[in-house]
Amino acid sequence: MVAIVDYGVGNLFSLRSSFLSIGVETVVTSDPAVLHAADRIVLPGVGAFGDAAKKLRDSGLADVVVAEAKAGKPLLGICLGMQLLFDKSLEYGEHAGLGLIPGEVRPIAEVIPAELKIPHIGWNALHFGGKKSPLFRYIEEGDFVYFVHSFYGAKCAESVIATAEYGAELTAAVAHDNVYGCQFHPEKSGEVGMNILRAFCEKEA
Amino acid sequence: MITKRIIPCLDVKNGRVVKGVNFEGLNDVSSPVELARYYSENGADELVFYDITASVEGRALFTDILREVASTIFIPLTVGGGINTLEDFDRVLKCGADKVSVNSGAIRNPSLICSAAKRYGDQCVVLSVDVKRVDGVFRVFAKGGRENTGMEAISWIKRCVEDGAGEIVVNSIDTDGVKNGFDLEMLQAVCDAVSVPVIASGGAGCMEHFTTLFQTLPGVDAGLAASIFHFGEVKISDLKTKLAGEGIPMRILR
Repeated sequence: MVAIVDYGVGNLFSLRSSFLSIGVETVVTSDPAVLHAADRIVLPGVGAFGDAAKKLRDSGLADVVVAEAKAGKPLLGICLGMQLLFDKSLEYGEHAGLGLIPGEVRPIAEVIPAELKIPHIGWNALHFGGKKSPLFRYIEEGDFVYFVHSFYGAKCAESVIATAEYGAELTAAVAHDNVYGCQFHPEKSGEVGMNILRAFCEKEA
Repeated sequence: MITKRIIPCLDVKNGRVVKGVNFEGLNDVSSPVELARYYSENGADELVFYDITASVEGRALFTDILREVASTIFIPLTVGGGINTLEDFDRVLKCGADKVSVNSGAIRNPSLICSAAKRYGDQCVVLSVDVKRVDGVFRVFAKGGRENTGMEAISWIKRCVEDGAGEIVVNSIDTDGVKNGFDLEMLQAVCDAVSVPVIASGGAGCMEHFTTLFQTLPGVDAGLAASIFHFGEVKISDLKTKLAGEGIPMRILR
């Protein structure tokens, strides 16, 4: 069973449907006991970092997610959910993240040429660099996934498992032990996205 | 590199897909769910659904269809038609829409874009605008292209972007249904005015029109069309292969 963390942020319909399409049952929950009992946890998120981090903390779920991840449970953060895994974000002020992946979240405007549009929105190709993460075992170098974001994971070179080229090499996915994060939306990335979710669900805990 | 997007648009009325020619004379084409699946398998980068139903029953049927589409097809879905309030945003987002397109609703309620962008984020709010030349000036038309609002289109679009519209669908009434190519002059004017993604709509009649669009106007991010895809005149996979061969960045399915 995959538990999707419900902390009042984002639209979980597509995420649940995409897991269902690959034969994986999910539960959308804010109950610490259910998160504890789950085999895997997905941390979704859209919107602003500060708001989301506050909701996650105020609900007490931040501590639960961190504890489960530190105990070795596979965790996948998606989009803003990935950004929340970092130590901090500089989106409209400075906000603390969950500190599960070393690094920080910064505006893409700092690294891309001024003529490129922000947000980085649309389909872009994944590049794995050196070693291919098990998360990508069913997809190939250059496969396309769907992005929508204006901020990116920075100072996290050791955790980067994929990048996307948008006037700069932007962090597309990260991994640190059992903790994974995708800046793109696998649940909106067609077959390629389903194959990433499948790999996450099959990964040995 | 980010790719240019090819977006089929499905007008849905009473549970069926229709296509307006110059917004009038609608014919039934096909089932929304079947068509959406077909397009997705053929490489559509995104789907746009417009609910052109007026009745409460039709709206409920549309919501059911949307939910069915969103449970089977995992590419971005934009929904428009009858979006007048934040509750309308909420209704379609809960059924699996990723973006919500506003048109007449934004004209009637000038604070709609601003409040929707605050609640759901700019990336969620798409301004769809029907534009027609009147005495040489681009004017905004409402009510499915039937009513001249008198507003100048470029300043309206700029204002909506300032309010938080994250993408603009520019539908040229002058070229819609004519199949003689996109309205390059109108699109250029919009690209010059705003820095958010611009989606070209109205006028695609053959594959070459997409080549011309993307090669002439690098600022255009996506091409949207309905009838040429629905009637099988152009297959999306063939179109994308051709465009990729011409050096236009495309997502090609393996």
